Amino acid sequence: MAETKVTFSVNGKPQSVTVPPMKRLLDVIREDLHLTGTKEGCGEGECGACSVLLDGQLVNSCLLPAKQADGSSIQTIEGTAFEQIQRAFAEAGAAQCGICTPGMILASHALLQRIPHPTRDQIRAGLAGNICRCTGYQKILDAVELVSQRSK
Amino acid sequence: MRSHLPDFDLVVAPDLPSALTLLSNGESWRPMAGGTDIMVLFNAGRLPYRRLVSIAKLPELNAVSVSPDSVAIGAGVSYSAIQQNPILQAEFPLVCLAASWTGSPANQNRGTLGGNIVNASPAADSLPALLVYDAELELVSLQGSRRIPYSQFHTGYKAMQIRSDELLATIHLPRPRGTLKQYARKVGTRRAQAISKVCFNAAAQMDSSIIKSIRIALGSVAPTPLRCHQLETVLTGQPVTAALIAHAREVIAKEIQPIDDIRSTSHYRSLVTQNLLSEFLSQLL
Repeated sequence: MAETKVTFSVNGKPQSVTVPPMKRLLDVIREDLHLTGTKEGCGEGECGACSVLLDGQLVNSCLLPAKQADGSSIQTIEGTAFEQIQRAFAEAGAAQCGICTPGMILASHALLQRIPHPTRDQIRAGLAGNICRCTGYQKILDAVELVSQRSK
Repeated sequence: MRSHLPDFDLVVAPDLPSALTLLSNGESWRPMAGGTDIMVLFNAGRLPYRRLVSIAKLPELNAVSVSPDSVAIGAGVSYSAIQQNPILQAEFPLVCLAASWTGSPANQNRGTLGGNIVNASPAADSLPALLVYDAELELVSLQGSRRIPYSQFHTGYKAMQIRSDELLATIHLPRPRGTLKQYARKVGTRRAQAISKVCFNAAAQMDSSIIKSIRIALGSVAPTPLRCHQLETVLTGQPVTAALIAHAREVIAKEIQPIDDIRSTSHYRSLVTQNLLSEFLSQLL
């Protein structure tokens, strides 16, 4: 099949790539745009390591052909909107191996945009699609609470 | 990612007629909305078709509209939008609950009610709710549109009444008259984004302690989502008593057809179904 042109903005910067029509947004971000902060974990929408924001909404970029994001605005962990959350993750000790961390931070951002001061249960629900195999989650929940407390 | 990219084509349909034209041109185009099921197969190298038309952003499929008698949900409305819709929250809470149970927030942002129906999993969490609410489906093609009760749509495991040139466009829910006691509970391995072992949905109209009318539907206990007509007949017109609940447990155990599979056993599913039925009937008092 002929390659297709896809144009979108990534972290505020206009980008245009010519790719196979079913190339995943995840692979375009990593291979074509060299933004390797977005990770591939399971490749089936279970683990959230590939989370990005598509027009402000949390999505799994492994389940999205880049073509479906044509004309959209995309934010990845390399964007500038996540500094407070990143700092809180570092302070709370919420990162260990780091593979889940970009996705956790994007999911936290999406949650805090919707619910600025979430309860512990709301944080759990907001991060339900992000799997961590190192820290055991408590410090990740603590980090999100820290961001919430600081924005009061 | 195990698929060979050059084998596949994807076109983003600019409007509904363009999508329907592609689906009917004999070149085996298949629709894809949010992709939360299709892309899993694609990533695993197991997608059985090569040509996809994206219907994700079609405005014709993305509205919830309300009329005096029914609510029409566009097949492309996402699970997130369903959960946030005030009319659905107020009148069809079981659909909103099912939306919150399906996948993670990221999956709910992309996954659609229409996609859940045509993916035709017997474990799909929204389908028992559609049975309880007597949903009707509207299918469109270049030939026009037709409506079919959802209860007749799934005819066997992954089998359904839709032609390859048709799109599921709208899910119509008749608005309930009178006060319903509604109940839904999903039992899965973990609280978030698990696939159901049993998904139980029910709604009843009560006349003090007498069951005036009742609808009960289950997921994951038969080749298709199952409406329990025999049990409903047994319960209708009866006062809720301990003896009735005991009898109802025996009836539902015979009416469901659970299997042993990777997620659970037939025995466990049957026991959980009976326990959920007891819980629901007890709450009617």
